[in-house]
Parts: sequence; structure tokens; C-alpha cells
Amino acid sequence: MHEQSITELAAGLREKGFSSRELTEHYLARIERLDPALNSYITVSADTALAAADAADARIAAGDAGPLTGIPIAHKDIFLTEGLKTTCGSRMLDNFVAPFDATVVERLAAAGVVVLGKLNMDEFAMGSSNETSYYGPVRNPWDTTRVPGGSSGGSAAAVAAGLCAAASGTDTGGSIRQPAAFCGITGIKPTYGRCSRWGMIAFASSLDQAGVLTRSAADAALLLGAMAGFDERDSTSASEPVPDYGATLTDDIAGLRIGLPKEYFGEGLDAGVEASVRAGLAELEKLGASITDISLPNAPLSVPAYYVVAPAECSSNLARFDGVRYGHRCEAPQDLEDLYKRSRAEGFGAEVKRRIMIGTYALSAGYFDAYYLKAQQLRHLIADDFRRAFEQVDLIMGPTTPTTAFPLGAKTDDPVAMYLNDIYTIATNLAGLPGLSVPVAPVDGLPVGLQMIGNYFAEGRLLNVAHRLQQATDWHRAVPPGFA
Amino acid sequence: MALDRTDVAKIAHLARLEVAEADLDHYAAELSNILTLVEQMNAVDTGGVEPMAHPLHMAQRLRPDAVTEADRREAFQAIAPATQDGLYLVPKVIE
Repeated sequence: MHEQSITELAAGLREKGFSSRELTEHYLARIERLDPALNSYITVSADTALAAADAADARIAAGDAGPLTGIPIAHKDIFLTEGLKTTCGSRMLDNFVAPFDATVVERLAAAGVVVLGKLNMDEFAMGSSNETSYYGPVRNPWDTTRVPGGSSGGSAAAVAAGLCAAASGTDTGGSIRQPAAFCGITGIKPTYGRCSRWGMIAFASSLDQAGVLTRSAADAALLLGAMAGFDERDSTSASEPVPDYGATLTDDIAGLRIGLPKEYFGEGLDAGVEASVRAGLAELEKLGASITDISLPNAPLSVPAYYVVAPAECSSNLARFDGVRYGHRCEAPQDLEDLYKRSRAEGFGAEVKRRIMIGTYALSAGYFDAYYLKAQQLRHLIADDFRRAFEQVDLIMGPTTPTTAFPLGAKTDDPVAMYLNDIYTIATNLAGLPGLSVPVAPVDGLPVGLQMIGNYFAEGRLLNVAHRLQQATDWHRAVPPGFA
Repeated sequence: MALDRTDVAKIAHLARLEVAEADLDHYAAELSNILTLVEQMNAVDTGGVEPMAHPLHMAQRLRPDAVTEADRREAFQAIAPATQDGLYLVPKVIE
């Protein structure tokens, strides 16, 4: 059952081939048997999942079911889930049981999904390999000596291994697209503001965006449609109406104009990854798309600008973890300053501390103009590059990552080398644009992602083009050996 | 810009993070490497460029100054490390 699409599973539930309880038990059994090798779940919520499955079965029997009713999914452990531990991959929140649901969690629950548990992630979503988690690294189901990518590494590994039908994720600099690419699945980061950030633990508020990791673009269209939309409780939520993503999935893509930025095909790009991405593009040409070379001249500066903006916002957001109101508190504090300093030093891991310190430095008196202001100016130039490109083309495409998944431990001693892994994904976040990664032909048995970037609120077009590619090819159907 | 151990100690204090003496040099080297990456920004002249505050240039929405949330003090304090009589407890601040 776990190899089926959400649409197929929903048909099985409706036509009584199996119940949501049976489906949920099937996934729970797979998690118990297979997850020890991957470590993709931090918390498995079997009891509440089965209760939700029974409720879904009752809804289906009553003829009150939607396309997601009774479908077992899992949430990245960055989304608050009432009554269920929410750790954000950090010791700081190891004891934190959320007192309310995130909007995204609430909306998917209203659509009838079953939540199997909470998925592992880089601590506070800071990382590109899922190795900064307090709960240990996640392993890539295609090769368990390699990383699944990050920060939504647990989400990507669990979906690829068939340990949930789909998963939520968040993307601040590539954290949905990069792990989707490394694990051979589909991942979409919508336009900034498309999904509510309410109850999604903040890392860098002007970049963070929720999205989904799925087995196909059609599955992503279903989930995103249920999650997206205006939310009064998020002050940066977009009021733009949410279109029916399913209605445009099969639209003809003849005449689609694709731009390939020369900056995404230069030095540092693995030759095998490039060949695979170009083979994916050739399939789109067969469907009637045309390809033009374009330039995003300021894109190479997106990594430096990001490592000012993201740490600056992180240092400010993570100031809330003070050992007073919730989260970790040190033993026997001498005074208030000691309580703050030791609670934070014990609660946060090394990467989070590095980013807090870089951000604190960049925002400190005398350095603000040279760092934060400069980065925000560059951000404007990067967004302008995209604006000009979208006057010529409909979508921008290229590789999601410069290489396939790297071995565990390969970059943990060199933060800057780790940061450069997100070189093709970060510019999209800085500009606030939607991006999607779809699997194309693997290289040496490891998945490769083709990235598609759209104009603001063009999620429907991205899902449409990805779906047409998946109708014409079967790369997205590949299953990691050992997880069939 | 290269940071030394004194800089790191000062930044750590501003961020309210305890950093052991023995770790100061290590952090100084790592943070300096990150700043070297960041300073590639200086390759571009951004004179006269408006800083981008919001990707969609949206203005902040306002709402009426009215209570919209229920009082959930008990649920929120149930997850606090130490409370008493509806107040959060911290070490003595005023002698």
C-alpha cells in the first residue's frame, strides 16, 4: 500500500479495499521494522494515529470524506502539535509538549489526515544534512552511509522509504528541496506567505515557508491545497486566493518557456548531476517546452547574503529560549544571567550557537550597515534579477543541488562547505519565490533533483509542469532497495 | 574580518550564551571563516539600492485593538520550568 499515491490510497479507502485503520497499522508496522536503520522519526504517535484513523473510517462510512481523509502522513517536528512532544530537533525543547496546533497541522487535521508522528530534522532547521539534530542523524534510504539532506531530512527519508504517505516540511534556504532531491522525491516550497507560519517554530522569519514532501506532484497538489491560504494569526500571511491546484495539473505545457540560468550550470556542478538534469529538461522539450539561456548575475552572492540575514533573524527569534517560560533550564542557577547563559549553552547545539553568534555580531552596534543592511540591499538585487528573468520566461530551471547525497560526516567539520550545498536553492528564499524539486535519473544509484522556480504564486504552474513530467517518465516511481 | 577570542567572549555575552574558555579559539576560527564567506558581498556596489524588508513588499496589516484569544495561562504555565501562584519563578534579582 505504501508505494501508492495519495489518490490511489484515497480510492482504496473509498471503495473499501482497506480501512484507514489497516493503512495506519501498515505504516506503523513499517516504521517499527524499518526506521531503526534511518532514524527519521523523533516521536511516533501510534495511539492518537489509530484514533484518528477510526474517526476517518467513520467519516468515510458516512460519505463525508475528502481526498485526504484517512491518509497517514507525518509532520516535521518544527510544527506545534497540541498534546504531542514538539522538539525542533533540539535538546532545548526535549521536554516541550505544545499547548496548541500550528495552522498547517490544524488545516490538515480538518481535511482528515492521520498523523503518524513527528519527523527528525536539523536542530531549529539549521543544517543541510540532518546531522545537527539532538536526536542523531537521519540516514538516506538509498544509501544509509549517506545523509538525507536537511533540514527536513526526516521528512524526505520517511516519504522515500514509505514510512508515511507524505510529510510536511519547511524551507528557509532549501530545506525542503535539497532533501527531496537527495532522497528522490518531490518537494515544494511555496511563495513566501502562502502557508501560515503560525505555530511553526521560527528560524528566519522573512525566509521561512512551509511546504510538502511527497511521492509525486499530484500528491503535493492535494496537500498544498489543504494547507495554504490566508491566516489572520500570521501577520505576513498572503491574502491571495488559493487556486484548485488539482484542476490545472494536466494542462498542456506546449509553448512553456524555460530559462536556464548560466550561474546554475557553472563550476562546482557535478557532471553526472548536470547530465541527468539536462535529460529531464529534454523530456520537457518533448512535451513542447522551449529552453532559453538566461542570467541571474547576483545569484552567486545569495549564499553570503543569506548567512547574514538568516543568522541575524535567528539570533533575534531564538532569544525567546531563556529557560524561564518553557524549554530547558539549567540546574541550580546562581542568578538570572547564569540561568540564561547556561540554559542556552546546554540547550543549543554547536551549529545553532554559531548562527546565533554570527547574527548577534552582524546586528551589533557599528556593524549593522556593513552586514545586515548590505545583505538586504543584495536581496533586492537578487529579487530584481528574477523579476527581469520572468519577463522573458515562464519558469526557471536547473539542478537542485550541485552533487548527489554526500557521506555522513563529510562536511560536519567545515560549516562553510556545508553552507555551499544550498547554492542553487537559497536565492529563491531571498526573493520569496516558489520552488519545487522533482527526481530525474539517478547517478550511481543516488537520486538527483531538477529544480523549477516560478514567479510569485505560480505554485499551480510548477505542480502542473512537474506532473506532466511525471506522467511522461517514471523516475519518481523508483523505490530504494530494502524499502520496497 | 577575523575575530579573536576576546571578540567571541563579547558576542557570546551579548547573545547570553556561556562559552567555555577552552572553546573560544575554536569558535573564533569558525566564525571568522563564516565572515570571510559573508564578506564576498563586498564585491557588489549596492550604493543607492533600497534594502528589501519583505519579499512581496507587503505593508504590515493592522487589526482592531481587541482581545481575540482566550486566556490559556494554565496551559502555558504547565510547561514552564518553575511557576508559583500564576507567576514564573527565576533566581532572586533584587536583594
